[in-house]
Amino acid sequence: MNVALGGLLTALVTGGLSALAGLLFPTPRRATVVGIGTAATGVAAVAAGVAAMAGQPAVVALPQLLPLAGLLFTLDPLGGVFVAVTGAVAVAVGIYGIGYARHGLRGRSFQAVLPLFVLSMVLVPAAASVGTLLLCWELMALTSLLLVLAEHRRRPQVASAGRWYAVMTHLGLVVILIGLLVFAANAADGSFAALRAAGPTVSPLVAGLVFVLTGIGFGSKAGIIPLHAWLPRAHPEAPSNVSALMSAAMVNLGAYGIVRIGFDLLGGGPGWWWLLLLGLGAASAIYGILLAAISTDLKRLLGYSTTENMGLVLVGVGASGLFAASGESTLAGLAMAAALLHVITHAAFKTLLFQSAGSVLAATGRRDLDDLGGLRTGMPFTTAAFGLGALAASALPPGAAFVSEWLLLQALIHGLPASGLSAAIVMPLAVAAVALTAGLAVVTFVKAFGIGFLAKPRSPEAAAARESPASMLTGMGLAGAACVGLALLPTVILPGIGAVAAGVVGSGNPVVVDAVTIRLADVAGSLSPLLLALALTVALVAALAAARAVATRRATAIDARLWDCGGGPLSARMEYTATSFAEPLQRVFDDVLSAEQDVDVTHVEESRYLVQTIDYRRRVPDRIERRLYQPVLAALAGWGRVGRRLAPGSVHRYLGYGFYSLCAMLILLVVTR
Amino acid sequence: MLSLWRKIRSTGRVAEPAPPAPAPTRPTGAAADGPAALPMFGGSVQIRHVDTGSCSGCEIEIGAAFGPVYDAERYGARLVASPRHADALLVTGPVTRNMVAPLRRTYEAVPEPKVVVAVGDCARNCGVFGGAYGIAGPVSNVVPVDLEIPGCPPRPETIVAALRTLTGR
Amino acid sequence: MTVFGVVGVVIQLVIVVALAPLLTGMMRQIRAAMEGRAGAGIGQPWRDLRKLMRKQPIHPRGTSVVFRVAPLVLIATCLVVAAAAPFVTTASLLDPIADLFAVVALLTLGTVALALAGIDTGTAFGGMGASRETTIVALVEPTLLVAIFALSVPVGSTNLGAIVTAGLEHPASVFSPVSLLAAVALVVVIIAETGRLPVDNPSTHLELTMVHEAMVLEYAGPDLAIIELASSMRLVVFLGLLANLFVPWGIATSGQPVLIAVGVAVFVAKVALLGGALAVGEVFMAKLRLFRVPELLAGSFVLGLLAVAASFVLA
Repeated sequence: MNVALGGLLTALVTGGLSALAGLLFPTPRRATVVGIGTAATGVAAVAAGVAAMAGQPAVVALPQLLPLAGLLFTLDPLGGVFVAVTGAVAVAVGIYGIGYARHGLRGRSFQAVLPLFVLSMVLVPAAASVGTLLLCWELMALTSLLLVLAEHRRRPQVASAGRWYAVMTHLGLVVILIGLLVFAANAADGSFAALRAAGPTVSPLVAGLVFVLTGIGFGSKAGIIPLHAWLPRAHPEAPSNVSALMSAAMVNLGAYGIVRIGFDLLGGGPGWWWLLLLGLGAASAIYGILLAAISTDLKRLLGYSTTENMGLVLVGVGASGLFAASGESTLAGLAMAAALLHVITHAAFKTLLFQSAGSVLAATGRRDLDDLGGLRTGMPFTTAAFGLGALAASALPPGAAFVSEWLLLQALIHGLPASGLSAAIVMPLAVAAVALTAGLAVVTFVKAFGIGFLAKPRSPEAAAARESPASMLTGMGLAGAACVGLALLPTVILPGIGAVAAGVVGSGNPVVVDAVTIRLADVAGSLSPLLLALALTVALVAALAAARAVATRRATAIDARLWDCGGGPLSARMEYTATSFAEPLQRVFDDVLSAEQDVDVTHVEESRYLVQTIDYRRRVPDRIERRLYQPVLAALAGWGRVGRRLAPGSVHRYLGYGFYSLCAMLILLVVTR
Repeated sequence: MLSLWRKIRSTGRVAEPAPPAPAPTRPTGAAADGPAALPMFGGSVQIRHVDTGSCSGCEIEIGAAFGPVYDAERYGARLVASPRHADALLVTGPVTRNMVAPLRRTYEAVPEPKVVVAVGDCARNCGVFGGAYGIAGPVSNVVPVDLEIPGCPPRPETIVAALRTLTGR
Repeated sequence: MTVFGVVGVVIQLVIVVALAPLLTGMMRQIRAAMEGRAGAGIGQPWRDLRKLMRKQPIHPRGTSVVFRVAPLVLIATCLVVAAAAPFVTTASLLDPIADLFAVVALLTLGTVALALAGIDTGTAFGGMGASRETTIVALVEPTLLVAIFALSVPVGSTNLGAIVTAGLEHPASVFSPVSLLAAVALVVVIIAETGRLPVDNPSTHLELTMVHEAMVLEYAGPDLAIIELASSMRLVVFLGLLANLFVPWGIATSGQPVLIAVGVAVFVAKVALLGGALAVGEVFMAKLRLFRVPELLAGSFVLGLLAVAASFVLA
């Protein structure tokens, strides 16, 4: 019994007990107990994951539990990373959920299912056979669906979002199932050990088929275009703690699946796999952040930002595979380390952002940025938390994601000279895509933070907002501490991440750290985030001191009126809104983001020349949905209508079907005999 | 582009040589109840122009004063876009009723130390528009005036000389 | 942590802070001379700053700590970059952060701080300036990073000191197609990031044509002085990076006083030359419509991509 195994079992037990408590405890204390239980599960998961990353093996075999194959769990370093991330997110969200549940989420169904969701997410990276993986995957899908539908009585959009989510996640499951079954058919049995052994011997066609099928399924879970449509629907409609869990822990498992199957089980593959992954990742990153930039719904913005960040992770994974396929193992390790670090930093800041968004939603009842604003006076802590998360999300120093994007860019840049013509075309485009994403992320989060939290409130609810209760603030504080820690001292976890990445691609550790500086092995590159933050702080203090010393009129900083061009008091209606902030960007990218406008004019009854009311509606739809999903759905509906003609309700017709198909089968048997 | 370059070469310097610097005190005709001495800005004065109902004659002369021939910028005066950036307000025109409040708000938006310059006869004593129904009064009725520039419109040289008493160059 | 490193940092900071307003003054003087005016003299921006420090600070009702701190963050980022980048000497005390990506990201942080302050005022102009400025920053990022990519390929590193040292060792590399293409792309980037014509007119009075000015309409007194100094410093920093990344001759490689003096003189001369060229160019250009700016930036992006392609082909 080592720490990894002990942690895993403790997580199992605590998760199960919390679910039970959610069923049995009375309403006043239910949320508190479940929240603490979820946090405890998270702590155990973190311990298990970190111990697994350090190399401690943990194997749990339950052969009798499922027919045919049983359950098999093995926690290896790669799985350990994802278990630890899920656990950390669960700790913050568990505490946060205690206070958040006050807003109509104290029901038994919600509180009992939440720990099960966390548990399933902890078990997926530990699964070591096809059956186990699919069972835990389906458990995760079902529990998350129940949680997404938690508020369906209050809002009709929740049901629609739940439907999209259910259909897409189960279609993904089917595709993964087919892919894994094809793989297992070419191996001894369904366990990952057997698959790993069979990986190098499988024919390229089968390997490619497996990669593509599982890539589609796992990619859809990660929110990669064009199968991302569930994400901007499910994340806004789910309760905010569930959104945080989904965005910061669940989507990572899509990336986990791709890495596990592509690198570990199939043992690497030809270049076109990784080019495909890289291309889709880059396209998702740009498309996701573009839609986030023009989105005015705060939680939808964060959902699209998840698509963007998962796209960046897949860019790293794709680059890693590409380098590994051409023999550059150190660079492959570097790209994989960058991808893993980005998974971790994304989890930290996305948790923080969703928690703050939930805090705002709970305090004001509004999600639309055009109705918010001025929240810094009533909700200072939430404003600071969102600001910290926004700094991290826009990949600016001293934020958390700056280090992971730096690592990713270093990997892409150093890949140019070695890897051949395809890399020569792809690497600059990948760098350009990452850069454009970073720039657009700046626009998005300046918009989200500035319009949503600063200046004057745009609605009475925003003006009346008050700070959240202590448990929610504690949860946000935990996530914020993680963000700050990752921003200043990534050197603490980087050696471990580098070792895991090295293990996945089969190279030496690509990062070498001393106390404060990150150095890259074999290639020239170094960065010290702590020194950067320190230099900025010193410069800021020095500038303040110098300004105070030099300025002679130290007297009054008067409480003056805003300069309004002399025209009269500025109302909140005159502030820039989120729509207007993003309008130049929408015009620049008009091919992708073309807006649709509806104008309804109601005339005065007596005269058509006079106008009574004008209704103006403008929206920027998701182009992929318009071009890809709607035709498919329309075609399905068309087939359904055609199919209905086959079932008009006449018993004679149905009996005729049976008779004719029986005759046809008999004729077929006679002919083929 | 080449033709523009040739024009620049052939035109050369347009600015007239600077006349002798005026004494850095209030010139004659200044408001009797203004502050005792104008604040010295150490060679740099940023100016915000406010049109409170002028016929634009003074604006044309101010434009000429800041143009290449008289070039008031060489003495340290510069026009800025916001009263928060300004030290001096250059007010033209008699103050119409609708411009009373905006003028006052503009004055309050300027940080201390500040100066108000009334340009032209209209700003000093309503000029030819005195007694009209739309006029609230001269500028000194609304904000305290520190420097007056007489004329209808005042010549650019007079405007430049008055600005030089502010900048001290 | 050598004496050379410390001395380098101190001298660079002093030079950049002292010379930044003089560069602005020189550029205004060149424009004045070409327009036939007499101009206010090179020292006028310093006189403006001195006067602004004596003015009353104003904190309008409804603004918050974001508004108050933004000028300090802006100038802090400029100071850190001025201290870390190799302008006068190749070895800086802050070498672990003298990475080209980190420097670019720091300068973007300064812009973001100002944009947030613009939104914080709650006026329409502040929001407009912030919206336009962040859009331009977003569109400039790809060109910037691809140009950095092109610069780093021959050297094998994005560390500023390494790139400068490599340029010193191979002086002919400045004439390679990679350098020329990347330099042209970076010139457009610098014009966009520092808000010069044809992307933005720094001396416009029409709010609807403003990009950078609109964010600072509300600032007064010492805050405005800090912002103006920081803007001048950004221009010096960008021009200095452009000069030293492509033409690093004259930079001090060791701590001898003679070499450092030569390094200072050469740096000042390079920045003055580039600033003068920029000022002369501005006389011939009018400001572009905001929605034509992305076309300009797209053109510079294509040049950057060509630079990377050239670096691969010629490697």
